[in-house]
Amino acid sequence: MTEARGAVERTPSWDGDRPAVWGALAEFDTPGALLHAAAEVRESGYERFDAHSPFPVHGIERAMRLKRSPVPWFVLVLGLGGAAAGMLLQWWVSTDAYPLVISGKPFFSWPAFVPIMFECGVLGGALGAVFGFLAMARLPRHHHPLFESSRFERMGDDAFFLSIEASDSMFDRQRTPALLSDLGARHVELVELIEPIEPIEPIEPEGAPAERDAAPQGGAA
Amino acid sequence: MSGDRGMGETGAARDRVGVDVRQVSLPADHPLAKLSLGAAAVGAVALVAAWALGGPRFYSSYLTAYLFFLTLALGGLVFVLLQFVTRAGWSVAVRRLAEHAMGTLPLFLVLFVPVLLGLGKLYSWAAPLAEAAEAGGEHGALTGSKAFWLQPGFFVARAAVYLVLWSALGWWLRRESIGQDRRPDPGVTRKLQIASAPGLVIFGVTVTLASFDWVMSLDPHWYSTIFGVYVFSGAVVGILALVVLLAVALERRRGPLAGIVTPEHYHDLGKLLFGFVVFWAYIGFSQFMLIWYGNLPEETVWYRHRFEDGWYPVSVAVAVGCFVVPFFFLLGRDVKRHRLTLSAAAIWLLVFHYVDIYWLVMPSALVAGPTPGFSPHWLDLLTLVAVGGLFAGALGRLMVGSALIPVADPRLAESLSFENM
Repeated sequence: MTEARGAVERTPSWDGDRPAVWGALAEFDTPGALLHAAAEVRESGYERFDAHSPFPVHGIERAMRLKRSPVPWFVLVLGLGGAAAGMLLQWWVSTDAYPLVISGKPFFSWPAFVPIMFECGVLGGALGAVFGFLAMARLPRHHHPLFESSRFERMGDDAFFLSIEASDSMFDRQRTPALLSDLGARHVELVELIEPIEPIEPIEPEGAPAERDAAPQGGAA
Repeated sequence: MSGDRGMGETGAARDRVGVDVRQVSLPADHPLAKLSLGAAAVGAVALVAAWALGGPRFYSSYLTAYLFFLTLALGGLVFVLLQFVTRAGWSVAVRRLAEHAMGTLPLFLVLFVPVLLGLGKLYSWAAPLAEAAEAGGEHGALTGSKAFWLQPGFFVARAAVYLVLWSALGWWLRRESIGQDRRPDPGVTRKLQIASAPGLVIFGVTVTLASFDWVMSLDPHWYSTIFGVYVFSGAVVGILALVVLLAVALERRRGPLAGIVTPEHYHDLGKLLFGFVVFWAYIGFSQFMLIWYGNLPEETVWYRHRFEDGWYPVSVAVAVGCFVVPFFFLLGRDVKRHRLTLSAAAIWLLVFHYVDIYWLVMPSALVAGPTPGFSPHWLDLLTLVAVGGLFAGALGRLMVGSALIPVADPRLAESLSFENM
């Protein structure tokens, strides 16, 4: 009916008359419960989900079967690149651009250039780490649909959350929250998408929207 | 329910193997224990043979072998001191291995005797005046504070102080730690933490002075204030490699450390190994670059001896083998977490730690002799077997006698369930 072209993957589950949903958010009491839920959710076939915790939870990467971060490769490539650029710059400056005789040594006296090469390598590696991380984490970003949930504020304090995105092919408005409550979530909610991630074709509206179904709360199975 | 995966994995692994941490020890009939007994016998025979058959070359070969194994034992001492000072949790499961290594320090007190006997042959400043004038033609006599510092009597007294301090410190730390196994008391850990801070100061001063005395004074006019740090950094690389190899040998094939030493510990040992490989290179290059840049004859002579007479390839091998190759090899995460790759790196680094010591001692020791160039000798190998055999024998004996992990350390549980982020 309303498949927007090209954006099928990112299109939230839009049921025509119901609000767009970004995904489901479940709150757990303990890191252990979160770890268990993450493993089970991954086991059930979900792929677009995330765990949120006030502190790092040991083993969560394994439970979620996360792929290894590509950030080290940014660091390696930019580190080596920085070192090479540092050496090249000094080579060019001291042999071609502005050659100076310093204490009778050859123009290209590489041992003297090593400290600067090293520092440029460190600089490159550090920039690679920071910007590689930001790129992989899709930051900076000023807002996230999860911030619509008032409970989610406690993510930085004392609560443990698991969110499953509606763009996951397994996502279902009923079954996904039901699974999360079965896994022992204290609270489950569907997070509405106030602002669609991508503009959706204006397909509406004729007449007033029908009454919206109440979003399932706390285990709508 | 397949829950609790991950979080309890190390615990689960331990249960699977059925390890009772209260009795983790090396049985006297374990292949490694038998091997160490055999090594001690071979070492003793090799030492006598080398002594009897070796000419003047014996002393420089012996000093190289002695320093190689001594740096491993000293590395053990500083590793243990650092773990206590930093109140490290992760390392408790492998700390006892380093404690056993530092427990061999009294052996080196005894093994220093051949160095004393060869004092006049090893060190030109200790040679009789006529010989010194003949050998040290380009040097000339020592004057001033160096003449005061480098006198045989004072040298021997200082050596005795270093060796007694190391042996006493190492032996006491090990005895207290093992005593805690029988009488569980967190107060022991506290006491060792407090003692380790001055222990590190003693270690830093004595290791610096000992490397000046025993290695740097082979070239008595030359000096480098960073020399002690260089020897220290090599020693830490050495002990980390040794701890990795011991842990792998005792962990694989359901050995006594199976389920106790995990990839997490290998990972951290590998990270420290990588860090100290870089630190070693940083110190080594700092020494080289300042001398190269200053270009003063009394300083550059030390490198001249290592760039000429066939020593240049050895110098390159030291730089490549101790830094370039292990740097790139140890970069990756998986390499550090798998025992095969990590122990390959450890073996490589131990081999090149020996090459490094050889490169420190030999060019200076041989320069005034009949064969100043790079000339490998069967005595190098024989003395290595001699000291190595005795070291392995002592290490095996210490390991059989007591637990392989500090079973009553208050941080043992933390270490057993330790996971890297």
